[in-house]
Amino acid sequence: MKAHGRAIKYGDHIDTDVIIPARYLATQNPNELAAHCMEDIDKTFTGRVKQGDIMVAGVNFGCGSSREHAPIAIKASGISCVIAKSFARIFYRNAINIGLAILECEKASDRIDEGDEVNIDFDTGIITNVTKKEEYQAQPFPDFIKDMIAKGGLMASITGAKKDD
Amino acid sequence: MGMTMTQKILAAHAGLPYVSAGQLIKAKLDLILGNDITAPVAINEFSGAGFDKITDSARIVLVMDHFAPNKDIKAAESCKKCRNFAKRFDIEHFYDVGEMGIEHALIPEKGLIAPGEAAIGADSHTCTYGAIGAFSTGVGSTDMAAAMATGETWVKVPSAIKINVTGKKRKWVSGKDVILHLIGMIGVDGALYQSLEFSGEGLADLTMSDRLTISNMAIEAGAKNGIFAVDDITRRYMEGRCNRAWRAYEADSDAEYTRTIDLDLSEIPCTVAWPHLPEKTHPAEDGRNIEIDQVVIGSCTNGNIEDMAAAAEILKGRHIKKGLRAIVIPATPEIYMECIERGYAKIFMEAGCIVSTPTCGPCLGGHMGILAAGERAVSTTNRNFVGRMGHVESEVYLASPAVAAASAVTGHISHPKEVMGE
Ligand code: SF4
Repeated sequence: MKAHGRAIKYGDHIDTDVIIPARYLATQNPNELAAHCMEDIDKTFTGRVKQGDIMVAGVNFGCGSSREHAPIAIKASGISCVIAKSFARIFYRNAINIGLAILECEKASDRIDEGDEVNIDFDTGIITNVTKKEEYQAQPFPDFIKDMIAKGGLMASITGAKKDD
Repeated sequence: MGMTMTQKILAAHAGLPYVSAGQLIKAKLDLILGNDITAPVAINEFSGAGFDKITDSARIVLVMDHFAPNKDIKAAESCKKCRNFAKRFDIEHFYDVGEMGIEHALIPEKGLIAPGEAAIGADSHTCTYGAIGAFSTGVGSTDMAAAMATGETWVKVPSAIKINVTGKKRKWVSGKDVILHLIGMIGVDGALYQSLEFSGEGLADLTMSDRLTISNMAIEAGAKNGIFAVDDITRRYMEGRCNRAWRAYEADSDAEYTRTIDLDLSEIPCTVAWPHLPEKTHPAEDGRNIEIDQVVIGSCTNGNIEDMAAAAEILKGRHIKKGLRAIVIPATPEIYMECIERGYAKIFMEAGCIVSTPTCGPCLGGHMGILAAGERAVSTTNRNFVGRMGHVESEVYLASPAVAAASAVTGHISHPKEVMGE
């Protein structure tokens, strides 16, 4: 699995209330959610995000509510991976369960600037900053998560297990 | 090496003699929770994956609390989806308007969770039930869907921070001040991926209401759960609520903690968190020059009868500042009824507050008290993120019911003694 895109950068403690404000939670439609993604901190996001772009942030990304609408909105907006120094735990779970790629990497978070072109190899955890000609090593996923992603997320992995029984 | 209380509960639910921090396990669940925002997503996932059976209808709880009574057509459709699902699978614990309260107040009140049990909920404040000595944590809707199908969930066993509680609270200090103070100390990611384990002689001075508030906001320090050792206060609380046999787990004396924090209750002031993070804490006295437009007293954090009592004590015979709106929301129908019986509802209304039927309402900027640009609220809720209660340029200050009630009277952030003179 690989990703490639331009970086869109945010700071620390990006919470799920700004990723997708509660006033839009009455819908579960990914495209409707994507239309309001990040709007409370960055009105320009939905206008400029392109398919494949990579979101880069600081510590505790996705803190706050358990709303799965948050990773769904980010994924549906076209983001191929979120890189942060650390993730809030429920967001981490949710992203994996719905198949949004995320990586923890301090160096990448510090060094990548808005607009940098970035390549990611998920098998090795290597993040390449094409613009700056630098490489950063992220922790690749633990095996069980790789396994879950290979099976297509949590639901697919348990329906698969059910069929095997 | 011994196990922490959380680790012991998880080991028991994984059918293992021993677990250690970092280990990935599958835990059997006693309670699986969803609400009107998260359950519809879980139901879609569940149906989409082709499941047609749920694990055990008695273990699933659905509470229509966030946008209910339905705030708009979309909310109505979401509740309807849950209602139909509950009917289809005979889910007895489906709480709709009339019976519903805010989930994390309703579930302990009804004895749906007991010490030593394991729960997940598609709501981040599911960690509330740590107050009674259960393992409980918030997850997402897909986790909920998978749990409804299999009765279990994957858990990474957390490492722990020990909170050694000593001393007695000062006058006007409550569980809310304790947890805000702690978050101020360690930060909103101070306990990331970890469990907060509360023990020590100071627990004797923390009522169940205090503990529910403290565990509720464990997530605001990034924690997976916040759990209290089981004692007589827990036992008394459980009496008459739950007739399942339950078990009190105790941490081993040689359990491993990443750090120990000494929390002396007597040193904690009435604490308020400034926008836009719960860690931006200040003593309430610092808020004298901060004028406010709205006060909200309620939510899963502070909508219990003790919270109502604290607010009523201050508002009795007083009137809120002219031009300010005060919204009081008892968290469950039982608490609402008790507010009427004890005369609190009258006190609140005579003071110029409104008293609402249970709902999450303004806590998440849903309905019932949304803020306009530039407006400020003192709220007993748990999050003060940008736009949490309305416009992105509005501000939320998190406080205890006593501080919120005092602030409603003066029109600025106030320590209760400013109003009560002691
Ligand atoms: S009261 Fe607020 S924090 Fe509690 S469950 Fe409702 S929305 Fe969530």
